[in-house]
Amino acid sequence: MTTHIPATETEAAALIADARARKIPLAIEGGGTRRGLGRPTRCAAALSTRGLTGITLYEPAEMVISARAGTPLAEIEAALAEKGQMLPFEPMDHRALYGGAGEPTIGGVAACNISGPRRIQAGAARDHLLGVRLVNGRGEIVKSGGRVMKNVTGLDLVKLSCGAHGTLGLLTEATFKALPRAPATGTLVFEGLDDARAVQCLCAALGSPFEVSGAAHLPGEAPRTLLRIEHFPDSVEYRVKALGKLLAKFGVARQLDEAQSAAEWRAIRDVSALAQPANDAVWRISTAPTRAPALVAAIRERLAARCLYDWGGGLVWLACAADGDCGAAVIRGALATPGGHATLVRASEEARARIDVFQPQGEALMKLTGGIKAAFDPDGVLNPGRMWAGV
Amino acid sequence: MTAIAFPAPDPRILARRDDIIAGLARLVPSECLVVSLDERRAFETDALTAYRKMPLAVVLPRSTEEVSAVLKFLNAEGVKVVPRGAGTSLSGGAIPQEDAVVVGVSKLNRILEIDYANRVARVQAGVTNLGVTDAIMADGFFYAPDPSSQLACTIAGNIGMNSGGAHCLKHGVTTNHVLGLKMVLIDGTVVDIGGDHLDAGGLDFLGLIVGHEGQLGVVTEASVRILRASEGARPVLFGFDHGEEAGACVADIVGHGIVPVAMEYMDRLAIEITEAFAHAGYPLDVEAMLIVEVEGSEAEIDAQLARIVEIARRHNVKTIRQSQSAMEAALIWKGRKSAFGATGRVADYICMDGTAPLGQLAYVLKRTDEIVKSHGLRVANVFHAGDGNMHPLIMYNVNDPAEQAKAEEAGNEILKVCVEVGGCLTGEHGVGIEKRDLMRVQFAQVDLDQQMRVRAVFDRQWLLNPAKVFPLDARLDAS
Repeated sequence: MTTHIPATETEAAALIADARARKIPLAIEGGGTRRGLGRPTRCAAALSTRGLTGITLYEPAEMVISARAGTPLAEIEAALAEKGQMLPFEPMDHRALYGGAGEPTIGGVAACNISGPRRIQAGAARDHLLGVRLVNGRGEIVKSGGRVMKNVTGLDLVKLSCGAHGTLGLLTEATFKALPRAPATGTLVFEGLDDARAVQCLCAALGSPFEVSGAAHLPGEAPRTLLRIEHFPDSVEYRVKALGKLLAKFGVARQLDEAQSAAEWRAIRDVSALAQPANDAVWRISTAPTRAPALVAAIRERLAARCLYDWGGGLVWLACAADGDCGAAVIRGALATPGGHATLVRASEEARARIDVFQPQGEALMKLTGGIKAAFDPDGVLNPGRMWAGV
Repeated sequence: MTAIAFPAPDPRILARRDDIIAGLARLVPSECLVVSLDERRAFETDALTAYRKMPLAVVLPRSTEEVSAVLKFLNAEGVKVVPRGAGTSLSGGAIPQEDAVVVGVSKLNRILEIDYANRVARVQAGVTNLGVTDAIMADGFFYAPDPSSQLACTIAGNIGMNSGGAHCLKHGVTTNHVLGLKMVLIDGTVVDIGGDHLDAGGLDFLGLIVGHEGQLGVVTEASVRILRASEGARPVLFGFDHGEEAGACVADIVGHGIVPVAMEYMDRLAIEITEAFAHAGYPLDVEAMLIVEVEGSEAEIDAQLARIVEIARRHNVKTIRQSQSAMEAALIWKGRKSAFGATGRVADYICMDGTAPLGQLAYVLKRTDEIVKSHGLRVANVFHAGDGNMHPLIMYNVNDPAEQAKAEEAGNEILKVCVEVGGCLTGEHGVGIEKRDLMRVQFAQVDLDQQMRVRAVFDRQWLLNPAKVFPLDARLDAS
């Protein structure tokens, strides 16, 4: 397979225009750490952002950072950390799940709307993406949004391109809002709660005034329910205590030190608990927190599955055997009544070609989705079929 | 002559007015249909009152089904539609046109479900912004976006414009708080997007629709995040001898890792006008004033305010007023929240809404002052300093067309400066008709074309709020 590596945005635009003229669809690549996320595109050629790198703007006092799409996420995070800041949405690293090498890029984070545990409090990648530059399927360089926090000028194509998995355009530059990194972290751990009690505990915590920034439950033989507070040290001390008191009916929580806390939340962020065995299928289910335990129970009646709850219960990660439809019918069947959506995050290429990776949509929404795809990429040059057949 | 052009009404539609009204009357009861000239007058403008256009008719449906039937009919007849919330748009987003039917959501005003455990409320789109908070306040929750018009403005309008407010620095704007939508497309199709869970699947239609300015459909229902209120909140007021010091103080607070809930800026004229009206005890001997609010427990507030006061001292703060009671705190906010109204008592004004990078605020303020003076007018500045969203209030006499033209010209020049320094035309009010003709200042034609191609997916015939957002000569439909 040919991989094009444009060194500039203009070069990328020319390559895409050429691919369109010659009707040769392109697989869009960043660091290649999320190749398994989406349907296989089966393109004869690829377009990589690895030649489009570098932070182009960082204004700590304005809490804003711009970088070319191929810039390694690690470089961005290091630059932010140096000024005591961070990407608020805590992007997940998929390498634990996919076992691949490579370096995650900021463009990949934007294209796939990758968030982590702090999403429950701070918002998702899409909430912090202020501006993008992209090349659409016509080979045109398009900009949307900008570098300021508040911007409602015109239709918001920034959000539309965030989470479109490269199907609407090749992102060439992304501008994110940053936030100060809290100087202290406190994590409370409750033990022995069943799923239903655990989610009650998480909901009570998130409904408290203490600004919980992580709320996860790890079921299993020794279930653990974790709550995180990030703030100034005096506030962390006060809030952790107040939260423990508020949740006393769920047991006596123990507190993790900073190092343990960081390791635990990294593991939750990257879904490390479900990484092995590596040939299990892994699903990511978004639903309302209080419905999650019953949903998981209903799935488990028909399917052997291990799971992990994040976002106060609203994000369920689920691993099951990769046989047949990888559990799609059972999982989506259980989800149908209460609402939400399920994404098949890990499965073989063969399985992902056969099973809907993203939740099937109703007819009206699918028609709009197809229309949007055509509005950006009329000839299906960019990552064709990555999300759904034809999109 | 006014500066902003409206397209000439389609005589074929005007000629069919009676038929169109008869068709609508078959779909909704008479109390939902406004046809008389007197009653239609209430809908001829919004908060951009210098412009008025009498709509063909106004429909106020009572359900999603009625909205669907009405749109289906109007689409089939080729009649333009202007969606309307409470008509508080400052950019003319809800101003009708003579050949269009206004579809208002004011009768869709019920709160359908409040779910504290999952922290989401499902409301009909005509519920007011404050109506959501009012319904949950007693239980310690609130709806975060807080535009100044929150007493009147609707969730539908907030979604249309992606409204912000003073407290958005910490909590974000409308788009960060919408989890689900029910929207009627122009052909009457009803789509449900998202729900009560985070991150709706598929393409981010929620993100696209929030801020759509009534161009993609009529939103009839929304599921919004509700947040638990903090234990307490308290503002501090700072007065400075120089605007630059206030600006540097804002940047320094953020630089110290503190993100207050709100940081509001007022200049001397805004202080004078507001103080004369609200008697909030604002200092009259300073050039610039900041209101900084923090949240938390009493002890946390004390600690954070101590840090902030220390920072302000480094920037030569002249006046420091810490509120000692809830009443004092309310008084500090009363002044800020009544700033627009107070200005309206002194003069007619247009309220600009450009956003500039924080580092450029001092420069943009200086240029604003120069530009407005060069047109022989006065300007008061009241704005959200934490996020660079500026609101110069350019004062003029609405009965003097020449002065109105000057005010608009000054406003346009200020917005151009905002874009030049890396900002944008509108931070929270929307483009509407007001900034429509400036879109090419911020966007290249190729950028606008991409937006219009997306627009065309929803509305091929350009029937929905058609004279807004995009320059009239730039129309592009599908492909």
